[in-house]
Amino acid sequence: MAVMTYREALNLALREEMTRDPRVFVMGEEVGLYEGAYKVTQGLLKDFGPKRVVDTPIAESGFTGVGIGAAMTGLRPVVEMMTFNFALLALDQIVNSAAKLLYMSGGQYNVPIVIRGPGGPAHQLAAQHSQSMESYFYHVPGLKVVRPSTPMDAKGLLKSAIRDDNPVIFIESETLYNVRGEGSDDPDFIIPLGQAVVRREGTDVTVIAYMGMMYRAMEAAEDLSKDGISVEIVDPRTLRPMDTETIIGSVRKTHRAVVVEAGAGFAGMGSEIAAFITEQAFDDLDAPVERVTGASAPMPYAKNLEKAKTPTKDRIVDAIRRVCYANGG
Amino acid sequence: MAQKTVSQAAKPGLGVDAELAKRLFRDMALIRRFEEKAAEAYALGKIGGFLHLSIGEEAVAAGVTSALRPDDYAISTYREHGHCLVKGSDPRRVMAELFGRIDGLSKGKGGSMHLFDKSTNFLGGHAIVGAHLPLAAGVGFKIKYEEGDQVIVCYFGDGAVPEGEFHEALNLSALWKLPVIWLCENNRYAMGTSLERALAQPEIWKFGQTYGIPSEAVDGMDVLAIREASVRAVERARREKIPSLIEARTYRFRGHSMRDPAGAVYRTKEEVEREKLRDPILLFRDRAMKAGLITEEDVKRIEKDINDLVDEAVAFADASPEPPLEELYTDIFKENA
Repeated sequence: MAVMTYREALNLALREEMTRDPRVFVMGEEVGLYEGAYKVTQGLLKDFGPKRVVDTPIAESGFTGVGIGAAMTGLRPVVEMMTFNFALLALDQIVNSAAKLLYMSGGQYNVPIVIRGPGGPAHQLAAQHSQSMESYFYHVPGLKVVRPSTPMDAKGLLKSAIRDDNPVIFIESETLYNVRGEGSDDPDFIIPLGQAVVRREGTDVTVIAYMGMMYRAMEAAEDLSKDGISVEIVDPRTLRPMDTETIIGSVRKTHRAVVVEAGAGFAGMGSEIAAFITEQAFDDLDAPVERVTGASAPMPYAKNLEKAKTPTKDRIVDAIRRVCYANGG
Repeated sequence: MAQKTVSQAAKPGLGVDAELAKRLFRDMALIRRFEEKAAEAYALGKIGGFLHLSIGEEAVAAGVTSALRPDDYAISTYREHGHCLVKGSDPRRVMAELFGRIDGLSKGKGGSMHLFDKSTNFLGGHAIVGAHLPLAAGVGFKIKYEEGDQVIVCYFGDGAVPEGEFHEALNLSALWKLPVIWLCENNRYAMGTSLERALAQPEIWKFGQTYGIPSEAVDGMDVLAIREASVRAVERARREKIPSLIEARTYRFRGHSMRDPAGAVYRTKEEVEREKLRDPILLFRDRAMKAGLITEEDVKRIEKDINDLVDEAVAFADASPEPPLEELYTDIFKENA
């Protein structure tokens, strides 16, 4: 085990997979000479050369399509979106081409591509650069969607994504790139897609959260432990395929569930998780599932408004108290 | 390099031998017959959804494909029956796909607009206008990455030219020097919108020049002119790893799809009848016969073979079962080996 930042973990995963498989290449805006807008691809151009670290012009639909065409004929591209907000320019390529080619071709052409980059709320980047993007993708049959919260997950899941024979949407976060934690320097270490992890064990309530919201939920759990409320935190890590089994198992144990998501809520990840908990574990619930979501508004620039847009620790604490019928202690 | 006029028809003697002449005639006749039968099957309710026929445009598929090696790639639009057939797909399996049956190329899950055949390196059947152009550049990227000497031909219509992806893909192919033949089938109407109503600059081949790509316009009803331009473009792509743009000026005799049977709202009947005089199959047949490359007996025999082949394809498709219900949930993800 080694201590590394989330950014370093991603960089290491790319290096190891590029070393392991000559078909793997990295492509995107500023990934080479500039070494990545967020320095995830730092040093790769120097070490792997311009054939495998390909700078593109600003043409998201174009270079995403190039990746898909290369993938359907045998290469394994890792396409970087400088931020996932720009992936909307390539949404048709991702939804109508990458996700459907295997199906439309009756199993003849698979598309082993990873599309990765940061998404979710960031710091004062305003409406077009600071938003949760996963909901645009996890709805689509044929796409796998990953949101890794820790350096260990970032590395292990990115390696699995690159080795996967299907398109994988891999959304990181600007706010997590500097997070330090345990990582792995073992090139054979991977974390399979589709496995949730219990971040914190507890007995009274299950909180499902990922990325920045997972860290905020951990703080809320610490606070509540002082009041004798024992919170279990499950991080899905892969949103599709979703590890419903781990989440349902936890809910059957605690009988209460709170879902936290940074996105705007309506038809969001929380809706889906709340729905399958209700469908599969209704009789185990002692309270309705609570959702804590971002406000249904574009991301504002002003600091105070930005803070109000995204779920705070206090709102998470309140929701947990509500499902535990512990309002006001 | 770029030419200022539409390439003229090939010289007498035609520059092809009898064998190739027969192949070109056969390929065009196959597309024509196949699509006539598909139209009949559509009228009978055997084929559903959208069915886009390329009747009138057969010279493009036949001419380009004759310049390719079997291991070269082709990718196309939703008007792709012809491109797929002449690349070498079994007409029975193509027809079965149109019928939505299990023996279709995609097990009936793609349909007319989504024909794929890995055994012939045919990369589909794409029905979002312009979206497969970046894919073609990606295949060119792959060929170059692996230092191969294959090429890819990317068919698209004039309707794709105003799309951003046309320009993104052409730019990337020129910037990175990719072995792509951009083959615009300019049939003058994007559904019902004429070229003049869609493009501020309607000489499509000139857009290639903008990106420094060797570009030319050819008579899209002249299979030999298309073949010659394709041979030049394939040579450049194979040897020099550079793209080319060919604008084949053609015409579809039928409507945009079977739901636009006459295609007469946006163009005149006189125009359609006038264009039918340029029927690429009849023009080539007559020229090849005059040049002594094809005899009347050849024509009769090829037409009979084609008719039998297509009849057999229809019978095969009709007899093929519907896909079993479990196919709904297969091929969404590939299981890792």
